[in-house]
Amino acid sequence: MSFFATPQSLSFEQPLPLKGGGVLHPYQLTYETYGQLNDQRNNAVLVCHALNASHHVAGSYKGQAKSEGWWDNMIGPGKPVDTNRFFVIGVNNVGSCFGSTGPMHHNPITGRIYGADFPVVTVEDWVNSQARLLDHLGIDQLAAVMGGSLGGMQALSWSLQYPERVRHAVVIASAPNLNAENIAFNEVARRAITTDPDFHGGHFYAHGVVPKRGLRIARMLGHITYLSDDVMNTKFGRMLQDGESFKYSTQEIEFQIESYLRYQGDKFSEYFDANTYLLITRALDYFDPASAFKGQLTQALAQASAQFLLVSFTTDWRFAPARSREMVQALVANKRQVSYAEIDAPHGHDAFLLDDPRYLSLVRAYFDRIHLGADA
Amino acid sequence: MNLVLRDAIQRMVPYGSRVLDLGCGDGALLAFLQQHHGCSGYGVEINDANVLACVKQGVNVIQLNLDQGLAMFGDQSFDVVLQIDTLQHLRNAQTMLQETVRVGRLGIVTFPNFAHWPNRISVLQGYMPVTRKLPYQWYDTPNIRVATFADFLALAKNTQLHIKDAFGLQDDGVVRWWPNARAATAVFKLAAPTL
Repeated sequence: MSFFATPQSLSFEQPLPLKGGGVLHPYQLTYETYGQLNDQRNNAVLVCHALNASHHVAGSYKGQAKSEGWWDNMIGPGKPVDTNRFFVIGVNNVGSCFGSTGPMHHNPITGRIYGADFPVVTVEDWVNSQARLLDHLGIDQLAAVMGGSLGGMQALSWSLQYPERVRHAVVIASAPNLNAENIAFNEVARRAITTDPDFHGGHFYAHGVVPKRGLRIARMLGHITYLSDDVMNTKFGRMLQDGESFKYSTQEIEFQIESYLRYQGDKFSEYFDANTYLLITRALDYFDPASAFKGQLTQALAQASAQFLLVSFTTDWRFAPARSREMVQALVANKRQVSYAEIDAPHGHDAFLLDDPRYLSLVRAYFDRIHLGADA
Repeated sequence: MNLVLRDAIQRMVPYGSRVLDLGCGDGALLAFLQQHHGCSGYGVEINDANVLACVKQGVNVIQLNLDQGLAMFGDQSFDVVLQIDTLQHLRNAQTMLQETVRVGRLGIVTFPNFAHWPNRISVLQGYMPVTRKLPYQWYDTPNIRVATFADFLALAKNTQLHIKDAFGLQDDGVVRWWPNARAATAVFKLAAPTL
């Protein structure tokens, strides 16, 4: 049984200082909550989102078909993260395009749409903004912070920036920083957007256009990297779009995979903001908690006091198991409590959003063990 | 798990030790050592169901294929490294023994002793043994390394492992006289060679 979710918004007057310099001020966060905060206020779970997701984590919107949240299989009543027990918060990050202050909004100082002038935001800035939301909700300490991919980076960063506010950190299909190949993929996606003639240096809103071509290519490229060779071959192989024989055309769609990628690209370009894509991929590139410690991840993670669950997926080549093992190694070297599972799933990076029973049972077992005191 | 084995291990593990349990199964031993012996640490497992069972018991578990080695763990970073009935499943058994005493100040290794007398009789009769400790047929056994108490002593000497204690185990307790023939389980307490 699913349930109905209701987005809420909160405005912040206090300026948010940003790692890259400057401030965001004022700003607004859009968020959703599920379940009830208990009397001890110790059952809150913060869910951090990745590139193209939002505060709408679980449940659906009343009267809207197919409006389930992006992690609805993970979170809800009776789900692995059980909202009968936990108070779950999903928050849209600033710079994104689903309600919280982003580049499509008006800059209160100039009165114009931010566009390319929206300040560069980092994982650390997001965590700081999320902490302010928790302050508002009266939550001193999270039972857990969790996320996959870029969301996992935020969960890790939480454990370093606010160690006293996190009891458990669940870091899924993530990495302690991006490697060169990953940055390279992000750069190709960004170039696709910024070289689209409709981009107008990021101020396309004033021209009444959207750099959809760039967004489509960015999404097509991203989508390939979120899947695995195996799963693409199983799903599409060399199957043709129409009929049995080639059209011998260079521009028409021949193979089903082409049609699938174009469809994904088209769909994405209808709802996603081009400046948001640049901002969020940059936040991914910049994240590197070890950089302040001469690249020593073990020293960086010494600040963490939370208990950790890390999960990776064997066919994920964008956030490969080896990257998760680096974090496990650093946590073990610091004698932190950590469990790590490497799920042998065929679905590549996307596996963290899918229904693998081993994965979901493991997260369920982990959350079942989180102690909430007398009421648990 | 077998209580005689568990008690023997508990006697060898100093109270409050930081323990790494290689091939920890469902985590029962580590859970016991945590709850009753002041220990902390991690289990290492490859099997999905065992990883889940460990998490359910509140035992820290790291899913890892031991054939890939222990590069994740630093030198002498644990008080005790356990290899309880794990050795017989490892391709790189000798390397793993060296790794065990590199990572742990103390290593405790147990495995089924192939020279236990019922096994000898079985082989003399012309068949591979099938017993409670070795319950598999030759064609479906997960035990890819079968060894005897005496074999291990020889390997330990070759590998320059320092044997601090060695004995056999039977259902009714410790076997110190002629364990190579009289014990189903071989138990070794190891340390790195003293330089």
